[in-house]
Amino acid sequence: MENLMKPTPISKKFFTPGVIVLSIFAFIGIVFVILRLLFGLGAVTNLSNQYPWGIWIGIDVAAGVALAAGGFTTAALGHIMRKEEYHILVRPALLTAMLGYTFVALSVALDLGRYYYIWHPLIMWNGNSVLFEVGMCVMIYLFVLYIEFLPIVTERFIGRVNFPGFLKVLNNPVDKLLRLLDRTLNKVMFIFIIAGVVLSCLHQSSLGTLMVIAGPKMHPLWQTPILPLLFLLSAISVGFPMVIFESLITSRSFGLKPEMNLLSNLGSMVAPMLGIYLSFKIGDMVIRKTFIYLNEINTTSILFAIEVVIGIVVPLRIFLSPKLTKTPFGLFIGSALVIFGVLLNRINNFIVAYNPPYKFTPYFPSIGEIGVTLGFIALEVLLFRAFVMIFPIVSVPQYVTPQTKFTVRGA
Amino acid sequence: MANQSRRQFLKTTALIGAGITGISSKNLKAAPKNILDENRMGVLVDTTVCIGCRKCEWACKVAHNLPTPPIEAYDDRTVFKQMRRPDDKALTVVNEYPPKSSDEFPVDVKVQCMHCDHPACVSACIVGAFSKEENGSVIWDTNKCIGCRYCMVACPFQIPAFEFGKAFHPEIRKCDFCFNRTKEGKLPACVEICPMEALTYGKREELVKIAHEKIRLYPERYVNHVYGEYEVGGTSWLYLASRDFTELQFPKLGRNPAPGVTEAIQHGIFAYFVPPIALYALLGGVMWINKNRKKTSETE
Repeated sequence: MENLMKPTPISKKFFTPGVIVLSIFAFIGIVFVILRLLFGLGAVTNLSNQYPWGIWIGIDVAAGVALAAGGFTTAALGHIMRKEEYHILVRPALLTAMLGYTFVALSVALDLGRYYYIWHPLIMWNGNSVLFEVGMCVMIYLFVLYIEFLPIVTERFIGRVNFPGFLKVLNNPVDKLLRLLDRTLNKVMFIFIIAGVVLSCLHQSSLGTLMVIAGPKMHPLWQTPILPLLFLLSAISVGFPMVIFESLITSRSFGLKPEMNLLSNLGSMVAPMLGIYLSFKIGDMVIRKTFIYLNEINTTSILFAIEVVIGIVVPLRIFLSPKLTKTPFGLFIGSALVIFGVLLNRINNFIVAYNPPYKFTPYFPSIGEIGVTLGFIALEVLLFRAFVMIFPIVSVPQYVTPQTKFTVRGA
Repeated sequence: MANQSRRQFLKTTALIGAGITGISSKNLKAAPKNILDENRMGVLVDTTVCIGCRKCEWACKVAHNLPTPPIEAYDDRTVFKQMRRPDDKALTVVNEYPPKSSDEFPVDVKVQCMHCDHPACVSACIVGAFSKEENGSVIWDTNKCIGCRYCMVACPFQIPAFEFGKAFHPEIRKCDFCFNRTKEGKLPACVEICPMEALTYGKREELVKIAHEKIRLYPERYVNHVYGEYEVGGTSWLYLASRDFTELQFPKLGRNPAPGVTEAIQHGIFAYFVPPIALYALLGGVMWINKNRKKTSETE
């Protein structure tokens, strides 16, 4: 059965009611992006000298990076641990990571006061800056992700390059180039796969160090020197739930049968990781005695409680139950809660916990900020759908005898 | 065959390792150093002397070519009704705190960048646009800045301001200790204009001594605390006051330099790039072992 699963471009109608709704969101987002570029950050966002960072950093960047963790966790499982059976999950995860990081980069650029200077960190280095480290790692990792995606492109187009009209002359050279790429990449890909995992570990953890420098401006419930470890652990914990979540949604939306065996196995690996994350989080709270802040009932303490109980404890219980992890419903709810927990954790760390000494108006994201964030998410989903239909990413059962690689390419 | 691929693998890994270490050593060299010159300058602000005339606000704007109303407009004391903060249009502001009893005077506090000895903004800045200069000033290089505003997140005094209203080439604005004036031997504009001599410009070390001498001579006039002597590892601007500094809305800060913890974490994770390279080697090893295990199980 496994041998018959093969990544294949999925042919379905692109436009469905859901896609049209997403397109509207994407359009609104793009309109606000244009307004931001024309009239400046102040015109579109609620950012101020009191709150210099808002949801474009807290959600689009910080949470975006965390939720793209499926890429490196499945790469580690499939390629480094060599669990071949999970390979059919690696490609969708890789695509998610690639699109996710691309939009992280776009969001960063949009949030920069001088977006046209985004290349400055490449030549102007400050080794003391955590942001510099995060920026460099994300930039290199994005490059690595594109390289990891290239074999999918070569597989799709070798022997099928067919430019229209006068571009026809390019057909042969491009095909040769693709074949050359395919041969070279085969030999060196392991370098990039390992690099991808190392880079991810580095910048996922450094993302946590980012707010440590805010010192007393950050609420003690989140402000801890072990933030880098917590960020790394939570990123690792959310990796598989993201893959499960997307796999379930993709199969639903394209009318395929979910690979329940694999997804259940993947689900059973989530509990130990969540457990480690939870124990460090609680341990840190006990050691620093920050639980006293939970006595006062306010937005901050309630959000912390939601993050821990609904985002970690409840899904931990779900993933610990063998019965629930065998059902699509249990897996879906468990994964969704872990994703929600990590998303809320990043929002809490970057926005809720940030408490400047002098403030006049509290920060709440403007319609423009929310519009761009939703628009980018919609665009990502649309691109994911388009990529899945163009490239061989999702594995589907092959009812005909699978042909070998080279006969397909007509070589 | 297996041998050869192993050698090739080790070779490539070593090459990458060498590449990354090469990057890291350059990286550390390019990092800005905190220049703590013995003769660095500072300003002692005696808030018990300040009368809130706000001439310093005017002089500052003139010195930095910022649009400003005529100097007479600064006699208007209604602005003290609410707390103000420095922003992109005013690099320094004076706030007034009403007296606690009728026989006391109100307290006026001039607010601007404190010019920390270990500035969080210098440590945080992604491109190294901030620097601590030998004479004590913390200044900002407009040609490097990318407008990420991480300096604003990092600053414990919440000082750097950003031109949110500008679409093209917005700037980070904060007091630059009149770097261009002091270079030519002039006084900072606010110090020069102060009619009450509430501001004293001089070597920081001497200012600390003067401050403590003042406290010793007039113990009933001052609280025994020179704000800025030890806060976040020391600042170039020092304050004396008749009341507890928290009542005057100074942030309560510890003695540790603001960037201390992050730099320790950062340099721990990246200690000479050993941890990342070790992780790379470990993962490579695991990958190779699993690959071979797979092969042997296939041939059996």
